[in-house]
Amino acid sequence: MADGEPNLRSGRPLSDRLDLRLIAEMVEPRSRVLDIGCGDGALLDILVHERGVDGRGIEIDMREVAAAVAQGLAVIHADADTDLAFYPDAAFDYVILSRTLQATERPREVLAQMLRIGRRAIVSFPNFGHWRVRLALVTTGRMPRTPALDRPWYDTPNIHLCTISDFFDLCAMDGYVVERWLGVDDQGKRTPWRRNRRLANLFAEQGLFLLRRR
Amino acid sequence: MQRAAPAPALGDAVAHQTETFAEGLRLDCGTLLRPLKVAYRTYGRLNESRSNAILICHALTGDQYVAERHPVTGKPGWWEIMVGPGRPIDTNRFFVICANVLGGCMGSSGPPSEMTDAEGRPQGRPWGTAFPPVTIRDMVRAQAMLIERLGIPKLFSVIGGSMGGMQVLEWAALFPGRVFSAIPIATAAWHSAQNIAFHEIGRQAIHADPNFHGGEYWRHGTIPARGLAVARMTAHITYLSEQALARKFGRRLRTGPMLTFDNDLFEVESYLQHQGSTFVQRFDANSYLTITRAMDFFDLAAEHGGSLGEAFRATPVRFCVISFSSDWLFPTAMSREIVRALNAAAANVSFVEITSDKGHDAFLLDEPDLFRTVSGFLKGAAERWSRG
Repeated sequence: MADGEPNLRSGRPLSDRLDLRLIAEMVEPRSRVLDIGCGDGALLDILVHERGVDGRGIEIDMREVAAAVAQGLAVIHADADTDLAFYPDAAFDYVILSRTLQATERPREVLAQMLRIGRRAIVSFPNFGHWRVRLALVTTGRMPRTPALDRPWYDTPNIHLCTISDFFDLCAMDGYVVERWLGVDDQGKRTPWRRNRRLANLFAEQGLFLLRRR
Repeated sequence: MQRAAPAPALGDAVAHQTETFAEGLRLDCGTLLRPLKVAYRTYGRLNESRSNAILICHALTGDQYVAERHPVTGKPGWWEIMVGPGRPIDTNRFFVICANVLGGCMGSSGPPSEMTDAEGRPQGRPWGTAFPPVTIRDMVRAQAMLIERLGIPKLFSVIGGSMGGMQVLEWAALFPGRVFSAIPIATAAWHSAQNIAFHEIGRQAIHADPNFHGGEYWRHGTIPARGLAVARMTAHITYLSEQALARKFGRRLRTGPMLTFDNDLFEVESYLQHQGSTFVQRFDANSYLTITRAMDFFDLAAEHGGSLGEAFRATPVRFCVISFSSDWLFPTAMSREIVRALNAAAANVSFVEITSDKGHDAFLLDEPDLFRTVSGFLKGAAERWSRG
C-alpha cells in the first residue's frame, strides 16, 4: 500500500499502527506465526525481519494480498471464516488476529480455530465499551463514530463488536487462559488502566489479548 | 486454410541444444525410453554456489524458446515479457533453464523424433503413434535428469503456467529436496472432466483429418494440418475469456453484412483460422495427442492415495500459487484446492488471484500484478535462501 493511503480496515494510515509493535513484542523470536487479516503485511514484515519469525498471512482483500506477496511475504487470499479449518492442529506457535475479530462472520468459531491451529492466540479489537462510544450513543442516539470505529454504520466491515469485559466473558466461557492483556489507546500505546478490567473497559480504545488453551 | 503442408523432417529441421541420456528413462507406463533426449535453452549465468537456477516449465504448446526469437516462427519468445534482463525473472540474477517437454516436438524425445528399440538402436523412422504414453511425472523426471546433468543440486525455483504449473506441482511433490521454491500459475492438481472433454474434441479433429493416416502421416509426406488447426482453434477459445473475445472482435464482420456461408465472415473466425494455420507450422499432431493425454492423466492426489495434502506432507518448498479471475479453463477454485492442501500440509504458501479479464491466457500477457507478484515472491524467497 502506498504511503498515506488509508488502511482498508481502520481507514487510518498504517504508520499509526503502533499496536503492531505491542503485538510483535508478545511473539517469541523465531517462532511460527499465522497473521489472520494481515492486510498488506505490516505486522508480518516486522515479525519476519525484526524477530526472525516464520510468518504467514491470510487476507481477504486481494489488493492487499498482492501488495504483501510483492513484498516477499507469504500471504494467501482466503477468508478467516471458512479457510482456517484447512490448517492442521498446532501448526503455529502464535495465531494473530489484529483488529479483525469484529469483522468476522463467526468470531467465536474463528477464535476456536485459532486456538486449535496455534498454541497461542493474540487478539486485538476495538473496545465498544470505551466511554466515548457509550457517551455518543447516549447523547446523540446514533451509532458512535470514534477514531477506532470511524466508519458509518452502513459502510463498516465491523459486524460483531464487543467490549473488553465481553471478551473476558467469552474467554472464560470457552476455556481460554488469558496469559496477558493490555488496554491500548487509539495510538496503540499502553494505557495506564491496564491492570483494572473495569477501568480498561471504560478507557481503553482497544483490547489486546494473549490467550492459550486451558 | 492450408490443406497439406510438407512434412517436417523428423523434428530435426532446427539444430536444438540437446542433452542425450544413454541410460534412458523408465516411463510410468513401464517402457524404457532409450536413449532419452532433452532439448533445452538457458539464459543468464549459473553462479559459483549453483544456487541461482530457475527452471521454467512450458505449457501444452510451448517450448524451450522462452526468451528469444523462435527458430521456426521468428516470433519473440513466449515469455519474453517475464524472462530477461531486468524482467521479473531477471536473467541478470538468475540462471534460467527451459526444456522442451518429453513427448514434445522441438528436439526432446517425442513422436517426431527417431524411434529406437529396447537397446536404444535407431530404427530409421519417427516414433509417430508408437511413442509410448507419457505422464507429467515422466516429463518432470526427464527435466530432473537434465538439471542433474547441468550440475545443479537444488533449483532456486520452478515456475510454470497451465501444464507447466502441473509440472511445477509434480516437481515439488516428487523432488521436495531439490526445489527451494515453486510458482504454479493458472493450473490445477488434476485435469478436470471439462478440460479432458475439450482435449478430446481436439484429438478427434486430428483423427478425422484424411491426412492423418492413422498417425503415420510421416510415411505419406502429409500433415493433418486441418485437424490440428481445428484442435488449436477449439483450445484457443478456452484460453480466452468472453470479455477478451468481445473486446478484440465483438461481432464485427470482415465484409458487408451479407448473409452468406463463406469462410471468414466474422473477424473472430479469421482470427481463429490464423491461430490454427500458424500453429501447424510449428507443432506436430502426434505430439499434440501425446501431450494432451499426459495432461488428462494428471491427478496429483491420485498419485498420493487420493489425498493432495499427502503429496506435500512436511514439504520444505515455498509456494506461490497464482490464478486469474477470468480463467474458466483453470479457475481460481482449482488453485484454492492446491492452497488448502498446502495449508493442510502446513506448507509455506502465498496465493494471489489476479484480477484480469483476459482468461487463461493472462499468464502469457502483460499483467503488472502478475509481474509484481512473481518478482516480489522471488525476492522474498531469495532473502530466505541466503539466510539458509
